[in-house]
This record gives sequence, structure tokens and C-alpha cells, in this order.
Amino acid sequence: MIEDVKLISKKFAIENAHTLEVAQKHGAYTSIDKLFSLKPQEITQMVSDSGLRGKGGGGASAGEKWKLMPLGEDKPSFLVVNCDESEPGTFKDRAIITKDPHLLIEGIIATCYAIQAHHAYIYIRGEYKPFQDILQGAIDEAYEAGYLGENIFNKDYKLDITIHRGAGAYICGEKSALLESLEGKRGHPRLKPHQKECEWYFGNPTLVNNVETIASVPYILQNGSDAYRQYGTPQSPGTLLFALSGHVNRRGVYEAQFGIKMIDYINHYGGGIRGGKKLKAVIPGGASTTILTANEVMEARLDYESMRAMGSSLGTGGMIVMDEDTNMVEALKNLLEFYRHESCGQCTPCRDGSGWVDTIIGNLLKGKASMSDLEKTLAIANTMDGKTICVFAPALADVIRGFVTKFRSEFEAYIRKSKR
Amino acid sequence: MSFVFSNENLQTIESLKKRYPKPQALALPLLWMAHYQEGYISLDAIDAIALASMLPPMEVYRVATFYTMFHLAPIGKYHLQVCKTLSCKLCGKEDILTSIQELLKIEVGQTTPDNLFTLSQVECLGSCGTSPVVQINDTYYENLTPQSIVEIIKGLK
Ligand SMILES: Cc1cc2nc3c(=O)[nH]c(=O)nc-3n(C[C@H](O)[C@H](O)[C@H](O)COP(=O)(O)O)c2cc1C
Ligand code: SF4
Ligand code: FES
Repeated sequence: MIEDVKLISKKFAIENAHTLEVAQKHGAYTSIDKLFSLKPQEITQMVSDSGLRGKGGGGASAGEKWKLMPLGEDKPSFLVVNCDESEPGTFKDRAIITKDPHLLIEGIIATCYAIQAHHAYIYIRGEYKPFQDILQGAIDEAYEAGYLGENIFNKDYKLDITIHRGAGAYICGEKSALLESLEGKRGHPRLKPHQKECEWYFGNPTLVNNVETIASVPYILQNGSDAYRQYGTPQSPGTLLFALSGHVNRRGVYEAQFGIKMIDYINHYGGGIRGGKKLKAVIPGGASTTILTANEVMEARLDYESMRAMGSSLGTGGMIVMDEDTNMVEALKNLLEFYRHESCGQCTPCRDGSGWVDTIIGNLLKGKASMSDLEKTLAIANTMDGKTICVFAPALADVIRGFVTKFRSEFEAYIRKSKR
Repeated sequence: MSFVFSNENLQTIESLKKRYPKPQALALPLLWMAHYQEGYISLDAIDAIALASMLPPMEVYRVATFYTMFHLAPIGKYHLQVCKTLSCKLCGKEDILTSIQELLKIEVGQTTPDNLFTLSQVECLGSCGTSPVVQINDTYYENLTPQSIVEIIKGLK
């Protein structure tokens, strides 16, 4: 049995919880009193102790990342909240900003205080305009209440939040591309430094975190790091807003602790496979994670370490579920079109490779491919590993290898048909 | 015809400038303003944006052409954007597309002769749990059926 845990989604079912009045009736901004009684470093240590991991897909330790931010420098520091949410199968940040935007604002206040930033940007994907309007409404209310602006909560602290709207580019979710975009440029990922360091916005120290990561901070601040660690596993503490789409009976966003069995999650929250069909495969955490076969799904556990051990990754926790009737060649073709379209074009293996593989699999579907084309597909995938500016291409390589090796017979069946 | 930002937009620009370390950061916000003011991004608008953000016009053009939501030429009054990515595909986006094409008699990428509707396919809209989905201008229409999308489009006419 799965025990319902709601650290982030507590107010999701409450009507009008996006308004300040209702949100406050249900406990919004109560962590702020404690916030200003602590030193910035103490907040960071608390987040670090909680084991909170970034929920944008990578799962990096949030606290350790905060520690990379210099305190007491002349240069201003910035927080940038990543609400680009364009990974296919992912729609959890949208739930937060529409159902409980004040939770995000509360988290932003705490995070900014911890890194001593006085301005936070929320970078939101352009398509999310209707949801941006709800979030902006909440921000406006927070300004009016004196929770944002000069002397917030009557304390000697100034904080502004500005929403920055993207305009249709998946790659702008990658943090350095996002910062380029926020600087008014094309969203081209930057070369990564050799050592761990913070990000830079116009040369100023900057922290980039996902919406859900920041929204997790108020709970930790209010209840302490040990309370957060009561949930999940030792390495993956706490909860995630996992999501279900595809062939399940009840699609949606449902919070759960890390470490539970994937199949239990799918059955408990998703109500099993639609139309009484059999499960065929699940893409576990957004399109860019390696696909799992039905047999693997039976074994899989929803935490970073277990998914790694299976040769996939937890990603954003957005599961795309496929039933027995799904054509895997067509499914891969669909994703290849996505990657071909979204490659930013800076690196040859990514720009050209994504196009080649899409063309080859397109030909295969049309009955115009041979066995050597399948090998070529895998060879092209191998050229994408470790040779590009960002991990878009290596992730695509994993997607291709996952489909072609785990469902090879379906690809071969097309080839055999084309020979006849 | 040259492009000038409306007075209201000019005021917004002044207040936005205070929110960013450098005016270059205004490229996207200004492109959005021009987009809403004119319905697309004209070359004259590019010049006006370049002036306000202190960027070379060519750089603004580079930026405008990178992001798929900006149009460099006018399109139909209603932009029908059918999500084509995997979760929508698994849940029947093809039938939605066919339904629209039969109703409006246009292909993807085309505009109806009365300039009312332009049909596009777009990548994942973040509505995978409520797919299939079509975004019409800024509005999301979710959990669609081939019938419901026809009613929605007829309602716009
Ligand atoms: C191609 C690509 C797309 C990404 N898209 C997103 C996104 O939409 N939202 C997000 O929060 N992180 C995204 N990320 C991860 C970010 O680069 C970054 O790691 C994250 O925002 C950091 O926040 P976190 O540590 O709180 O997860 C993406 C990464 C890559 C390589
Ligand atoms: S790997 Fe692809 S998306 Fe990433 S920087 Fe290179 S070309 Fe751009
Ligand atoms: S795949 Fe269509 S909204 Fe995500």
C-alpha cells in the first residue's frame, strides 16, 4: 500500500489556494518568521542537511549548490527559478504555479535570503502565458501585502521577483542556455567550467533551481531537515511530484516519496493501464530518460540510485506509460522529430546526428531501410556521447539506444517487410 | 510603415529597465510587446527593439528567429497549435489534427483564405496529463475529442 504524502501538494485540492487569502488560511508564509531569526548560512546548512535534491531532472544536491554562492561580495547575487518545463511528459511545475503559487514565492524569499540575493527571476516557457498570469497575480498580491519589495515583512530586506517569459525553445531549460536567454540572446548552452562553481548572469553570481526545488524549501525551513528525511530513501530524501501520462486510467500529477515501486505508483495513482490492456513500456522521467520494458518496470523503484542502477534515470519523474498496442518504431520517430527540432545547433554531432537518425527511422517506417541502417543509427548515437556542449545529445543517444536495443525485433520486422 | 511602441508600452519599457542589470536583457520582453502590438514581428519593430535594448538590429533578428513563438510575417487571427509530441500522440492527437483539417480544409502550416485560422503542430505543451491539447493563441484547450475541437473552432468563427 502507498501512503499519501503531501509536502508540496498540500494545497493543490483546495479551491482558490492561488489567492493570498486562501493560501494564508492554510499556512502560507508561516516559515518566514523562522527565516529571519536564522543566519543565511544556517538556512543553507539546513537545506544541505535535508538532502534536498534538484527536481529539474539532474538531482544535484540543492544545499551544496547554494554553498557555491559567494556571500558578502560587491557584486549582486541573483536567483533564477527554472520554470521552462518543456521536457515531454513533464507538467508538475505548472501544477505548483497555478495551484499554489504562494508556496513558490515563499520558497523564493527563503532561498534569496540564504544566498543574499535581492532579485529573483522566474524564467517561464512562453506557452505557459495563462499560468504565468496566475503566478503574476500572486506576485502582485505579495507585493501589496509587503512580502515583496522594500523592507519585506517589515524587515531590513529588499526583494523583487520578475517573471521573464521565454518564447518557445526546449533548450532554454538547460540552465546556461536559460541564462543566455535571460541576457537577451539566443538560448545557446555555454561551455561548462572544469571546477564546480555557481552560474553567472551578466557576470554576477547566480543560482539556478527548478520551481519544485524552491517550493520544497518552506517545508524544510518550517519542520527541519530531519522531518524531510523521514520520507524517501537515505540518498533520495523527501518527495517528488511524479506525473503520469499516456495509457493509464488516471493521468495527472501525484506527489509520492522517493523509493516506492514504480508499478505500485502506476497502479495506485494511475489506476492501472487503460482499457484493461497489458503494459509494454514506460519512459520513466521525461522523454530524455532511457525507456524501461514491462519487465524492468516491475523491478523499478522511484529514486535516483535505483533508476541509475537500471541504466536509466529518474529525470523529472514524468512517466510516459505505453500499452501493448504501442508501435515502438513510431514512438521513437515521434521523439526524434522533437530532438531534431529542438537541437540548438551549436554542436555537429547533435545538430546533424539528430537529423540523420530521424531521417533513417523515417525511411525505416516507409519500408526503405536495411539492417546496416539500424547499425548506423547506433553508431550515430555513439558519436553524441561526451562530445557536445550540453547533455542534450548524450540524452538523445540514450533514448535511441534504449528503443533500438530493447525493442529491436520491432525495428527488424519493418526491415524484413521492406526486403520483400 | 515604421514601427513605434504604444505609449503604454513605452511606460512599461521604462519600468522594465529598472528590473534588469542591462538593457540587452529586454530583448525577449520587447519582442513580446511588439508581437502583441502588431500580431507579428516586422523588420521595423526589430529596429525599434534594437534601439530600446541597445543591441545591434542583426542581434535582435538573430534572437527573434531562434524562438519558435515569434512570427516574422502576419498569420491568421487564430493560431491553432496542435501538440504533436509523444503523450499526445499516445492519446489521440492524430484524430484531432484530422478533425481540424477536415473542418478548415487546410494543411499544417497553412492559413484559411479568410485569414482567420493558421494551423501548426508544436512540441509538448506541458499538458501531457490532459492530452490531446491544442493551444489557440494563448488559451489551452485540453482533454479534446475530435468533436469538441470542432465545436471550439466553430465558436470562434
Ligand atoms: C536539455 C535540457 C533541458 C532542461 N530543461 C529543464 C527544465 O525545463 N526545467 C528545469 O528545471 N530544469 C531543466 N534542465 C536542468 C537544468 O539545466 C538545471 O539543472 C536545473 O534547472 C537546476 O535546478 P535543480 O537543481 O533545482 O533541478 C534541463 C537540462 C537540459 C540539459
Ligand atoms: S548538445 Fe545539442 S542542444 Fe546542447 S549545445 Fe550542443 S547542439 Fe545545442
Ligand atoms: S506531449 Fe502534448 S502536451 Fe506533452
